[in-house]
Amino acid sequence: MKLIIKGGTVVTAEKSFKADVLIEDGKIASVGKIADSGCPVIDAKGLHVLPGLIDMHVHLREPGFEGKEDIESGSRAAVAGGFTQVCCMPNTNPVCDNAVVVSYIKNRAKQVNLCKVNPIGAITKGEEGQTLADIGKMKQAGAVALSDDGKSVMNSQIMRLGMEYASGFGLKCLCHCEDAALVDGGVVNEGYNSTLTGLKGSLRAAEDIMVARDIALAESLNLPVHICHVSTYSAVEIIRSAKARGVRVTAETCPHYFTLTDDVITSFDTNTKVNPPLREEKDRKAVTEGLKDGTIDCIVTDHAPHSQKDKQVEYNLAAFGISGIEISFALSYTQLVERGEISLNALVKLMSANPACILGLEGGAIAEGLPADITIVDLSAEYTVDADKWYSKGKNTPFNGKRVKGKVKYTLVGGEIKYQG
Amino acid sequence: MLKRKDLLGLYDCSAEEIDEILTEADAMYESLDKGGKCGNVLRGKTLITLFYENSTRTRTSFELAGKYLGAHEVNISSAASSVQKGETLIDTGMTLNALKCDFIAIRHPMAGAPKLLAEHVGASVINGGDGMNEHPTQALLDMLEMRRRFGKIKGLKVAILGDIKHSRVAKSNLFGLKKLGAEVWMYSPATLMPQGIDRLGAKIAKSREEAVEGADVVMGLRIQLERQTGGLFPSLSEYSKFYGVNDAVMKYAKPGAVIMHPGPVNRGVELTPALIDGKSSVIVDQVTCGLSVRMAVLKLLSRYREERL
Repeated sequence: MKLIIKGGTVVTAEKSFKADVLIEDGKIASVGKIADSGCPVIDAKGLHVLPGLIDMHVHLREPGFEGKEDIESGSRAAVAGGFTQVCCMPNTNPVCDNAVVVSYIKNRAKQVNLCKVNPIGAITKGEEGQTLADIGKMKQAGAVALSDDGKSVMNSQIMRLGMEYASGFGLKCLCHCEDAALVDGGVVNEGYNSTLTGLKGSLRAAEDIMVARDIALAESLNLPVHICHVSTYSAVEIIRSAKARGVRVTAETCPHYFTLTDDVITSFDTNTKVNPPLREEKDRKAVTEGLKDGTIDCIVTDHAPHSQKDKQVEYNLAAFGISGIEISFALSYTQLVERGEISLNALVKLMSANPACILGLEGGAIAEGLPADITIVDLSAEYTVDADKWYSKGKNTPFNGKRVKGKVKYTLVGGEIKYQG
Repeated sequence: MLKRKDLLGLYDCSAEEIDEILTEADAMYESLDKGGKCGNVLRGKTLITLFYENSTRTRTSFELAGKYLGAHEVNISSAASSVQKGETLIDTGMTLNALKCDFIAIRHPMAGAPKLLAEHVGASVINGGDGMNEHPTQALLDMLEMRRRFGKIKGLKVAILGDIKHSRVAKSNLFGLKKLGAEVWMYSPATLMPQGIDRLGAKIAKSREEAVEGADVVMGLRIQLERQTGGLFPSLSEYSKFYGVNDAVMKYAKPGAVIMHPGPVNRGVELTPALIDGKSSVIVDQVTCGLSVRMAVLKLLSRYREERL
């Protein structure tokens, strides 16, 4: 099986150049000037050819919450968003804290056969923060990282043991940072807008304290650690200074944290309810700066699909989370590249090369011999976000109606066209 | 002219709208005082009070306001309703809508709940207090009390002392009073002062005395017992010693200043019993103002409903 992507601009984390890409048996066979040989051709004239995007923080909800999303709908949404690989968080039902659930997810993804789905195992049994899950067995079954996402492992000793034990299997802990006692039922950022709306606030410190703790553990143990969905200006600074002194810390953020502020909560629209909460302008700016200077290594969606009944309730009762995998590239391109904050190459680094590097996944580049995981985008195409048209079951987005630029035209996984827009 | 389907808060109301409500409420107060001739402007209309939190005075006040104007009146309390069976607020709202009611006065422990209800029903929704958000009719009755005592709101200094952080009363008063030109000072333990309240127009005092200095109105807010058990302040006795209002504090107020409280009062905590029962207290009269304000709101919302038909 051969396929040629012809006439496009190849964009990697380092450079952009005009080149054709020859795909053979699911792998990238060569990059350069390629003559027609009668095999199928994708006309990429005017389009940009990117290494397949990787979202290392999504919620596919299966098993257990198929009303919100399942592996099929989530994978369909992922490829529509240009993602060739996703890593799914373990807060399913049952929790993905054992090899059986890891295998189940891998098998379902194989049946669905759209994007690559890499399960993330829980650090502790049931994500309860008490005893370590069977980390080695999960690794053997295919888990690529560990996380108790949705909450922090509050007991610092357990967290230490988790990081240490996981390191023996070459796995990293991805830390959701939130001091539970300090959050105390808060649903939005604590500040002017929480006071204005009367919605209970949660301090930046609730996030910062756990970011600092997990960095302190990584530093003391000389182990790597990854900080999930950074939202505060102060956490950006904590990570920046840790990196400066050589701590092995990496970090991610989501499009909503560099696009929105908590001004949008005053509508009481429950689609603005997310954890960590949307913060203020100085946080939004600092997160953007963090992406620019490399303090924050990657953009993830924290794709958190919910059904209508989870959101059509009082703000306090609504589920946390934003569904976003289908517009992550467009939002990031529009907000960061179009506005001149970062280059397109830097965006490829944030959305493909770095996630691959952090988790040791194959991909993140367009080079001979790599799997042909490729995303082809039309950067000049502009459109209006309309969640009703999404493949994801989760229509919960605060971005409906927003004009964005950057449309996914093709998503290839292992050389096969999995999405054509 | 009040032209709105619902009354959800004072943050969104203009000074003119607030003024119109107060003028109408003042007339209601006078009629009530002269024997209760208020007209049957709500004849054939239905008011439902939908209370998800306990309340005596607000609920009774809404009920009687409706009855005195000739409306049918039905109570739903969350304990007795299908809420206990897990019905959502929107479903409850659609049911009430199908029962063809005209007004729903709702109290709910969660901010924004009345807005959510209002978006799903044709009835006019009146916010009777939603979590830490707003309690517009309480603030309006406080303002009516002030207007009747001082003839105007503009230029008054109002000191609000107590649990500001959890108080929808403090916030609605702040929004309303600022719009009508009053100065609002606040004082509380630091654990009970919300972030950014100064950006909303409040002046934050450094002491009780500074808050009360030259004040025309001193308002105490109810301290919920669970705030103490939750560790927000050490004990009730410490609270009253450092944050309560007593004679010594009132010496800083303007001569003729009045003492207000939204009730129910914890005697000896927010205010000393002597002050509650003393000459400067208008706490009991506030209740009549509350009835007047709710009648006025119902009447004006009803007028808008008629106009739209």
